[in-house]
Amino acid sequence: MPEENGDGKSKTGILEKAKDSAAALRETLTEKAKQQATELKEPEKTQLYRSIFRVKHDEEPRNRALSVLSNVFFHLHPAKVNRDATKYNFTWGMGGITFYLFIVLTFTGVLLMFYYHPSKIQAFRDILYLENDVPFGKLLRNMHRWAAHLMIIAVWLHMFRVFMTGSYKRPREFNWCVGVLLMVLTMLLSFTGYLLPDDQLGFWAVTVGTNMARATPLLGNEGPGGPQMGMTPYNDVRFALLGGSIVDANALLRAYIWHCIAIPLIVAIFLGVHFWRVRKDGGISGPAPVMLESEIKEERSPRPVILRPSGMG
Amino acid sequence: MPFDWRQIWEVASAPDNVPIVALLFLAPFYMWYALRQGIANDKLIAILESDAQAAKTKYRKTQEWDPKWEREVHTWPYLMRMEFLVAILVTVLLMAWSLTLNAPLEEPANPNVTMNPAKAPWYFLGLQEMLVYFDPWIAGVVMPTLIIVGLMVIPYIDSNPLGNGYYTYKQRRFSIWTFLVGFIGLWVLMIVIGTFIRGPGWMWFWPGQTWDAERVDYAVNRNLDQIFGIDGSWLAPIFHTTKDQAAIWARAIFGIFPLVIFFIVAAILVHWVCTRTEFSKKIYKRMSLLQLVTMYTFLILMLSLPIKILLRLVFTIKYIWVTPWFSI
Ligand code: HEM
Repeated sequence: MPEENGDGKSKTGILEKAKDSAAALRETLTEKAKQQATELKEPEKTQLYRSIFRVKHDEEPRNRALSVLSNVFFHLHPAKVNRDATKYNFTWGMGGITFYLFIVLTFTGVLLMFYYHPSKIQAFRDILYLENDVPFGKLLRNMHRWAAHLMIIAVWLHMFRVFMTGSYKRPREFNWCVGVLLMVLTMLLSFTGYLLPDDQLGFWAVTVGTNMARATPLLGNEGPGGPQMGMTPYNDVRFALLGGSIVDANALLRAYIWHCIAIPLIVAIFLGVHFWRVRKDGGISGPAPVMLESEIKEERSPRPVILRPSGMG
Repeated sequence: MPFDWRQIWEVASAPDNVPIVALLFLAPFYMWYALRQGIANDKLIAILESDAQAAKTKYRKTQEWDPKWEREVHTWPYLMRMEFLVAILVTVLLMAWSLTLNAPLEEPANPNVTMNPAKAPWYFLGLQEMLVYFDPWIAGVVMPTLIIVGLMVIPYIDSNPLGNGYYTYKQRRFSIWTFLVGFIGLWVLMIVIGTFIRGPGWMWFWPGQTWDAERVDYAVNRNLDQIFGIDGSWLAPIFHTTKDQAAIWARAIFGIFPLVIFFIVAAILVHWVCTRTEFSKKIYKRMSLLQLVTMYTFLILMLSLPIKILLRLVFTIKYIWVTPWFSI
């Protein structure tokens, strides 16, 4: 029967087709899976990776350079550096450590801000809450505190190594000055944070610290020339710093705003300048070949009299 | 009195003082580390200076070198792997520190209960210690300004072109000594004193002495004019003023002399140090008048700190120059 036959044929045909395609599918799937697996071994070849990092990554010089240059974070670096500068012993990594600690502080600081209210009523309780109830709150607070102390030590040691390698000499004079301001800002950042727990330690430290501002010449009510300028405890610089004549709610709010917003922003701007200048000044200063005394060149550019070599001595 | 170990431990282990204890080790370590590399370079310099041929051909660094090597290497991976490694190490260290030591939290702030001693954060203790020797407007305002400006002028007054980008001691003796005296001798040392030596009432307690809040210091501080017995009241009839007025003026005028003498002696001393060796003289000649004046001013001001500290601690002299408006 053609119909039956046809039916039977078509039935077996469908079955077979299904079997066939299932087998084919199995094969291509395993094939595909294998392919996918091998591709995953080289994630840098995937479309996803390339869309993010923009360049192929093969182990060849051009791509090593491009992987640095085409990444917005990495391109702080040049593509290549002085081979001896990659060792620990020249820079001690101190600038980098300082920067890393600044990032850690920003991160932990933002997390702390979720739990902290800069008001006399709540500030101290928030710290207690952080210490006792917030998951990992104590660790968070400790890390923020100790990273701040470490950053100060690191910034001093960074300055020390920059001095000892003579890296402030031409053409890096200005970057040294930027660095000095960064150091001052780092210490101010730490100092403004000291008041925020609103405990005895911070209160008296800030009281002692800002009491000195009373004595500012001309601008403090106890400074030389201050009273003559009309300074009283209610209008001098200390008042401006504290938002009052005593360390109280306004001082807490001001410290909070300086600490969490203003100074970090200023530091970020100066850091941008600092890093940019490191690059513009020709990268890290060394380790440079040593120079001999006999190789000192006379300075010749004409300068105004007061700036000319004195020739004295 | 017995040696009080507990007191020492109490101060050294106060959580906020741990960074200073760390600094006590870190500062000398890195000083040694820098000077060691400087001395290694100095040896190389000595060789190159005595051998003109070597100066032309030798690799002028103490680092290993092979002519086949490239002078520059790829940032990735050679530098960045170090950076990531250091970042991980710092993180581990910070974690360990944060897990073992808790940030301090005292009682809630209370203006009616004074902390004794009331100390600034450790990194400002150098300035707080200066309050002992100078009036607050100097210690708290003038001195920080001078420190900041003084640091910033360093690149502009150091006209020694040697030692740019490598560690050395011999080529930069004077600047290195100056910096070490300022950084270690004044800044770090004052912090250490402020932390470990100054107890209640900001009184001086030697290590091992118990911090006794009841102690009273009877040391009487005098001003220089009192030691010299300056009494200008006899001038009153000459200037047609009261005796008190005349005494004040006499004191103010008297104080100018020691200051002037100090400035002259210090200037001579600084000048002597700056021109002591042939090399120093050479650098000195390269400096402009503006650079010289700036450098001398800052060096003399820096020198005035240890002098004032000495006068105060050893000779219990408070002021050198007393005027109706300010005293130094
Ligand atoms: C927030 C503080 C600071 C950060 C994050 C920072 C970061 C850096 C980094 C990452 C470098 C690259 C080389 C290295 O790691 O040593 C650098 C170089 C430099 N820094 Fe800083 N720095 C800071 C403060 C300072 C201070 C206080 C000074 C000096 C007073 C300074 C002066 C310089 C100079 C002159 C260079 C160029 C060094 C060279 O070419 O060898 N910086 N800084």
